[in-house]
Amino acid sequence: MALLEVRDLRLSFGGLKVLHDISFSVEKGAINSLIGPNGAGKTSLFNCLTGFYKPKGGSIRLGGRPITGLPPHRITALGLARTFQNIRLFKEMTVLENAMSGQHCRSRHGIVSAILHLPSQRREEENIRTTGMRWLDFVGIQQHAHRLAGGLSYGDQRRLELARALASTPELILLDEPAAGLNEREKLDLVHLIRRVRDETGVTVLLIEHDMGLVMQVSEKIVVFDYGQKIADGTPEAVRADPRVIEAYLGTED
Amino acid sequence: MTEARILPAAAQPRLMRWSVVLPALAAVACALVLPQFANAYVTEVATTALLYVVLCLGLNIVVGYAGLLDLGYAAFFAVGAYTSGILTAEFGLNFWLTIPVAMAAACVAGIIIGAPTLRLRSDYLAIVTLGFGEIVRIIARNLDITGGASGLIGIERPEIFGFKLMQVQHFYYAFLVLALLTAFVCLSVERSRMGRAWFYVRYDEDAAAGIGINRVSAKLQAYMMGAVIASVAGCLYAAKMTAISPESFTFNQSLLILLGVVLGGMGRIPGVVLGAILVALLPEVLRGAGTYRPLVTAVALLAIMLFRPNGLWPDKRV
Repeated sequence: MALLEVRDLRLSFGGLKVLHDISFSVEKGAINSLIGPNGAGKTSLFNCLTGFYKPKGGSIRLGGRPITGLPPHRITALGLARTFQNIRLFKEMTVLENAMSGQHCRSRHGIVSAILHLPSQRREEENIRTTGMRWLDFVGIQQHAHRLAGGLSYGDQRRLELARALASTPELILLDEPAAGLNEREKLDLVHLIRRVRDETGVTVLLIEHDMGLVMQVSEKIVVFDYGQKIADGTPEAVRADPRVIEAYLGTED
Repeated sequence: MTEARILPAAAQPRLMRWSVVLPALAAVACALVLPQFANAYVTEVATTALLYVVLCLGLNIVVGYAGLLDLGYAAFFAVGAYTSGILTAEFGLNFWLTIPVAMAAACVAGIIIGAPTLRLRSDYLAIVTLGFGEIVRIIARNLDITGGASGLIGIERPEIFGFKLMQVQHFYYAFLVLALLTAFVCLSVERSRMGRAWFYVRYDEDAAAGIGINRVSAKLQAYMMGAVIASVAGCLYAAKMTAISPESFTFNQSLLILLGVVLGGMGRIPGVVLGAILVALLPEVLRGAGTYRPLVTAVALLAIMLFRPNGLWPDKRV
């Protein structure tokens, strides 16, 4: 059974149909990509998967459990984490505090135990802190742990978003244009990092990306969108040779 | 993955740093000996200042931590004062037993107003809370059990181990204990999982939801905790005054508390304490200005907003 199964997903804003009956699946342990021209509906699909938009129809299953229409925090708790296209860090807080935020849904102590300084609450705090540090170390920005997140370089902010998402111990992580604004050197590092996410933590990866070179290099399967419809779905070689994909990206000859 | 390394010193909670602890201890020591040197008038003003410290710390949880603009905070202060006042004056309940009842009442009031409205974003929430503040005051004005417009009189003075709190100094120390307790509670929660969740929600609601925080629940908990603190302050206030009326809990009162939070620098405890003390002292200091007092106050506030827009002692992070 696939880890993520999307069936006949539909989304519209007023009269505007954004997604038409989208179906695809992502196998556990895979690195897959969603590509398509600007405005094809890729980010809208991500927003449906993560609960930010309520789809008009269809179903989404994560590990066999239906998650369609659940609020975002519930979906994250069920094991689906995301990053944002335009980086959404808590810029006024430290890098470590950002990384710790992912642990919120995996911890439980509330106001009363914090006031009473219960030993179990102290242990949990310590645990949240060391786990945050470990993920900062994983993405390679541990040395910046106590700086404000807004002061990080662009590439490091992207890494921090990834660390924050990983700290929620997801089964599936959605990366929305992780390579946007990165230089060639940083893109190479990113490819390496995405592979490490899958290989070392076992987290399944689904990314939206415009950089074709990166997509072809890193993904095992690619889903292609155009005008809110899925036009192709397959291995990088198959997708590259698909006439509909070529048409969407380059236009027809006439 | 490698094992986590030992955290550098900066990662240790700020509570433990001497540069913070020593000035705080000095301030507490001054507060402890103040009534020995001050006359009744100064002690009275200082007691009011401590009341505002408690109220501002409570509102700071809502405004400073969770980023919710609340214009009706005095309502929770009123809920505490009236609950305690009615239970002691009408039903003869022991003062100390009225505190948990008042806390529970404030929680319920917090849920009633919070649950339907906390989905709203800032401006709408501000208007709804303003309305709520007025509703509570008007209810107090019109019910028989609250004494109507003339208020409630004959509230019992509290006793502790057979010692009756009577004089200004007694209440000064009672409010000092409450203020220290509130600061401790705020500090503990600020550095905990829920405290961080409030900051996440304040800085970016959508990102907070995206990483697994239930934003409505987080806001509601901030709201309830703020309400509980105001209600405890209300209990002690009622006991000190022995008489309360709806006019103690006007919109103006809510604004003054909010002013204290914003003036000092919302979000961090030292700034909020400073702001609260200023709000209590300003009318006294400006007594000499006579009828020009509102004008001088307004100019002073405008100057602070122009030159220190984040407050007098702001949160470094903002």
